[in-house]
Amino acid sequence: MTARETILATVRANLPKPAVSMPEVPTSTDHSGTEGGVGWRRSLDDLGEVHDFPDEGESPVPYFRRHLDAMGGRSFEVADAAAARAKVAELFPDAKVVCSAADEVPGTRRIADVVDPHDLADVDVGIVRSRLGVAEAGAVWLSGTDLVVDALGVLAQHLVVLLDPSAVVPTLHDAYGARLDLASSPYGVFMAGPSATADIEGVVIYGAQGARTMTILLLAADATGEI
Amino acid sequence: MSRPVDAAANAALFIADPAHQETHDRLVWGMRQHRDKAVAAIPEWERLRDLASKLKEHTLTHLDRYLEQFEANATKRGAQVHWARDAAEHNEIVAQIFLDRGARRIVKSKSMLQEECGMMPYLAGRGLEVVESDLGERIQQLDHEGPSHIFVPAIHKLRTDVAALFAKNLGTDPDDSEPHHLAEAMRQNARPKFLRADAGMTGANFAVAETGGFVVCTNEGNADIGATLPKLHVASVGIEKLVPRARDLGVFVRLLARSGLGSAMTQYTSHFHGPKPGGELHIVLVDNTRSARLGSPEFWEVLKCIRCGACMNTCPVYRRSGGLAYGATYSGPIGVILDPGFDHRKYGELPFHSTLCGSCTEVCPVKIDVSGQIAKWRRVIASEGLMAPGESIGMKALGATLAHPATFHAAEAIGLAAIAHLPRAVVDNPLNPWTKHREMPTPPAETFRSWHERNRGGA
Repeated sequence: MTARETILATVRANLPKPAVSMPEVPTSTDHSGTEGGVGWRRSLDDLGEVHDFPDEGESPVPYFRRHLDAMGGRSFEVADAAAARAKVAELFPDAKVVCSAADEVPGTRRIADVVDPHDLADVDVGIVRSRLGVAEAGAVWLSGTDLVVDALGVLAQHLVVLLDPSAVVPTLHDAYGARLDLASSPYGVFMAGPSATADIEGVVIYGAQGARTMTILLLAADATGEI
Repeated sequence: MSRPVDAAANAALFIADPAHQETHDRLVWGMRQHRDKAVAAIPEWERLRDLASKLKEHTLTHLDRYLEQFEANATKRGAQVHWARDAAEHNEIVAQIFLDRGARRIVKSKSMLQEECGMMPYLAGRGLEVVESDLGERIQQLDHEGPSHIFVPAIHKLRTDVAALFAKNLGTDPDDSEPHHLAEAMRQNARPKFLRADAGMTGANFAVAETGGFVVCTNEGNADIGATLPKLHVASVGIEKLVPRARDLGVFVRLLARSGLGSAMTQYTSHFHGPKPGGELHIVLVDNTRSARLGSPEFWEVLKCIRCGACMNTCPVYRRSGGLAYGATYSGPIGVILDPGFDHRKYGELPFHSTLCGSCTEVCPVKIDVSGQIAKWRRVIASEGLMAPGESIGMKALGATLAHPATFHAAEAIGLAAIAHLPRAVVDNPLNPWTKHREMPTPPAETFRSWHERNRGGA
């Protein structure tokens, strides 16, 4: 028998009994209460940490920004593309190579011109637009389609992500439950803040291997396509 | 036959150095405290734990179907799926993939499964250069040690240890133990290795049957660099890592980092579905005792584990003894219940390396009854006569005494009198390790039973 056949046969013979049925898993943030949902304020009087969890219909953006800060990232509201370009120039005055996958901020190198990911080794600032943010972790989803060259997100010394405030959802249930097509490209990543490590005496250090800083520019997109 | 691990003796070595022991205890307990804060911010936490547990139980009781579904979908995405019955088969498959393609230089991110398989020494023996890219794991690689913790592998080391190690291996200043400087030195050292790597290796935290992809969680982004730069990516996936659907990830990802480190998510939660254009993705599905455990009505629940590390952080024994004391790939409470499944004899002492306080069971995000499993393993080890001699003599006497109420009542009275009147040298003897770091309690004037008979007798 092949390894595949042996393993499957053993698994089949050894399946624990009785079989357990599939539980119902939420596909969106449920605000209805502790029993059924998230952020039920009445139960949270003692829990300062969750007081600003967005109610149904309320913008999750303030919650997103606070959690991004906690993960070591930062965010700015910018009015338009020109303001976004000015912000990048202000934050990274010494940047030589700014490689962009976002139309609003072209940078010095267009990602479309990059063929080999190794050519991104000298990138000081990478710029990309995310089409989904998750408030509870300050996380942004970047797919291969967004990044164009996957390694842009992790090889750039600093990462700037444009995010439409209306593309922020409260929890991961919303993201995984309905918004994301995980397999639309071979690679997709939730980034929550910059690269970090606590491997030496638990000291939190940003810029371990990937991006040293993570900046989110909150800027409405003209059109949000499929994710 | 491998020699039994003497965890107590190993722990004694670690405890002998107060600086290491105290720092370790403080840092690991700190992660437990971060976990509590993160959990307090999620009012539906208990509901999530329940969901995660049920999802895992559902998957494991239908595992054959989900494995086939995963394989079919992964293949459809263009990945090549391999099956390995045990560690040796896994290592051989991986080596052959690299050798067939002329890949010599490999960067890997942390994978407990690859540790479990003893992959690194094997690949080195086949002439392959494999570099750990996780900072903690690289520290351990340079020091020729295994990981002492599931997600902070070098947490038992002091910054000065790391400084000395880097000075020797990377040529940094031995007197500069500032963690930021040390991490920067590693970043500078690792980057060229990433850029010239022929292949990247990862493990997987979750494999999704519905989509045929898998998820890798890191804080450094090292898995992403290793997987997005070279054309070749090889991932080792334990067959228990399956989850049915994408939506189920919402439950597990919300639990994972909060339980371990106390952050809302890992900084990077990376999803791989098929190879990059012009590249190759190989997924090695590994059994290595898992299918056998599945058949054990007593022990199959350990397969629900998502390797978050919460049970290690909360364990009073782990915090003081350090992870290396367990002499195994997996340490802490999860190690105590995983390791004997690989080798009863070698890891027979580990289930006794616990106070059975139950804290691990309380924090487990997938509701494994960790302390219950530890007790069950004690029974197995004892019934196979594998206990350490000191423990087995005492336990046999205790068993005989507890089996007969009259003997027990007599022994109770004698015990109290003994604690009160025997000379210290007799109580404090090598067969009674209890008194090594503790005083015996002050005995009460009489037993509860005799008090009860005197005051409530006949009631």
